[in-house]
Amino acid sequence: MSNPFPLEKEGLLEAYRRMKTIREFEERLHVDFGRGDIPGFVHLYAGEEAAGVGIMMHLQDHDRIASTHRGHGHCIAKGVDVKGMMAEIYGKSTGSCAGKGGSMHIADLSKGMMGANGILGAGAPLVCGAALAAQKLGHDGVGITFFGDGASNQGTVLESMNLAAIWNLPAIFVVENNGYAESTSVDYAVASDSYVDRATGFGMPGITVDGTDFFAVYEAAGEVVKRAREGAGPTLLECKMIRFFGHFEGDAQTYRAPGENEDNRANRDCLKIFRAKVTEAGVLTDAELDAIDAEVMDLIEEAVEEAKAAPLPAPEELTTDVYVSY
Amino acid sequence: MARTLSMKDAINEALDQEMTRDPTVIMMGEDIVGGAGAAGEDDAWGGVLGVSKGLYAKHPKQMIDTPLSESAYVGAAIGAATCGLRPVAELMFIDFMGVCLDQIYNQAAKFRYMFGGKAETPVVIRAMCGAGFRAAAQHSQMLTPIFAHIPGLKVVCPSNAYDTKGLLIQAIRDNDPVIFLEHKNLYGSECDVPEEPYAIPFGEANVVREGSDVTIVTYGLMVPNSLTAAETLKKEGIDVEVIDLRTISPIDMDTVIESVEETGRLVCVDEANPRCSIASDISSVVAQDAFGALKAPIEMVTAPHAPVPFTPSLEDIYIPSPDRIADAVRKTMASSKQEVAAQ
Repeated sequence: MSNPFPLEKEGLLEAYRRMKTIREFEERLHVDFGRGDIPGFVHLYAGEEAAGVGIMMHLQDHDRIASTHRGHGHCIAKGVDVKGMMAEIYGKSTGSCAGKGGSMHIADLSKGMMGANGILGAGAPLVCGAALAAQKLGHDGVGITFFGDGASNQGTVLESMNLAAIWNLPAIFVVENNGYAESTSVDYAVASDSYVDRATGFGMPGITVDGTDFFAVYEAAGEVVKRAREGAGPTLLECKMIRFFGHFEGDAQTYRAPGENEDNRANRDCLKIFRAKVTEAGVLTDAELDAIDAEVMDLIEEAVEEAKAAPLPAPEELTTDVYVSY
Repeated sequence: MARTLSMKDAINEALDQEMTRDPTVIMMGEDIVGGAGAAGEDDAWGGVLGVSKGLYAKHPKQMIDTPLSESAYVGAAIGAATCGLRPVAELMFIDFMGVCLDQIYNQAAKFRYMFGGKAETPVVIRAMCGAGFRAAAQHSQMLTPIFAHIPGLKVVCPSNAYDTKGLLIQAIRDNDPVIFLEHKNLYGSECDVPEEPYAIPFGEANVVREGSDVTIVTYGLMVPNSLTAAETLKKEGIDVEVIDLRTISPIDMDTVIESVEETGRLVCVDEANPRCSIASDISSVVAQDAFGALKAPIEMVTAPHAPVPFTPSLEDIYIPSPDRIADAVRKTMASSKQEVAAQ
């Protein structure tokens, strides 16, 4: 049977692997956090995988992304080491950030991941800088900032959209619209009915896609990344998506409609949608996908075991790496 | 060759030389070129006070005018600093830090620590600071304490043209984020400045006047004011040592302690508001580490706990004057720890 998808079989398997890794990483954190194994608090990306992976499949290490407080998915999609991430979330010295950053600050600049960010909307100016650097240094890298429907109302985001437009930066503004800013509905908090209209107001194109459909995101992201690489300037990309868990772990989610989470899990699960599409088209088999599932489960289990066994940072690390030199 | 330059021209020369040396040094700010997109001449302003005048002609690709969006362009400078550029963002007035502080204190200052030592953010944020310009409460502040408080930032506030050139070159070459504060009432002050580029290391205070009776520790505009006070006091037979900190973070407490151990008397002079100030910081460190050397209580001369007033009659008494500094020195000379303890 011919392949109706924009990716070859290997690419499809890779996309699935990344999405499944994010899903199981987050599902495991949900359990481990609930058991009290993890310090602090975490914000889970489960349900939103198709957006992060659909975009990141177009990127390379010299492309920079700035993430949000809900950053695990972006990290995994961008190629940050899963075991390092898990150790970081457990606060261990082997973590991506030596245990000093935690869930909300995982970064790996060598992978082009400029950091999850505890400050909503803060990534937008940073990504303008990454895009400016690409422009000045003469490479074809792009800068992508992710923010939710909530942070779409931050002044930093709006200022940055204007800046990217007047400087014609290779910057992409991705609104991950999961309908809730913490507990507050997008219908309440966002004045415009359309993010595309907002983009138009800043003189850039805007596209809205179904963020639960990997292929819709992949196709749209391909266009906007190409546009940025070719010097045609910034774009806004809205992904309408589903947050399976609460704002943070421990959120009772009483603001949701009765049955909302169950309906989302049953009918709007981006992994199920992906699996159905590729198997029905006969391009991938359930067996192939199940094999990836098993590998991912093993990886996550290993990551947790290694994180738990890893040493805590030495006390003297308290005051290291504040400066390069002081 | 000795050559006299104003602080303003010293800044221009440092930027020019560093942009020539290193094409990854870029400068961003509001009207730093001026007239962008307008029908008139290019390079119309060169900054609001003309500090960067002429740099656009020499470095057109490195000089970038920005819209009035401090969060966006200061954040962009910070982001670009993690991607291979060495940006110098100009914020015009330190008072505007409020609108982009998140990018400075939550982003730039913390990347290295939060990311486990794997980030370098070589960005310089330049801004004018200080009172005396009749610019009122939102264009006149001395906010050094706010930035010195934040781990991850370096804070520089020079007092003369020579130091300004060397410290700005160091700031641009430095791999940490630097808040570089230029006192607007010193822009016209002149001294000998070598033409060739040179860097002055951070964290090295300068003893600008040696003396044996009292130590004054200060920075910025308060250095010339303290020197004026010292000349007055010399006529009264009081021999004052004046230490110019030059950098507030890192701070050279060794030089301060060494001096206090010699003189036994300390006057901290700070144009910032008094609470949690550079003056109170130095006072506390000296009280902890050199209490035994003190012959008299430490004196602080600062602005009052009030915003900067507009009207000249009030602003003139807001700024610590040579007379107030001299009075504080006389007070510390007249009292002793024993007398105070006995009261």
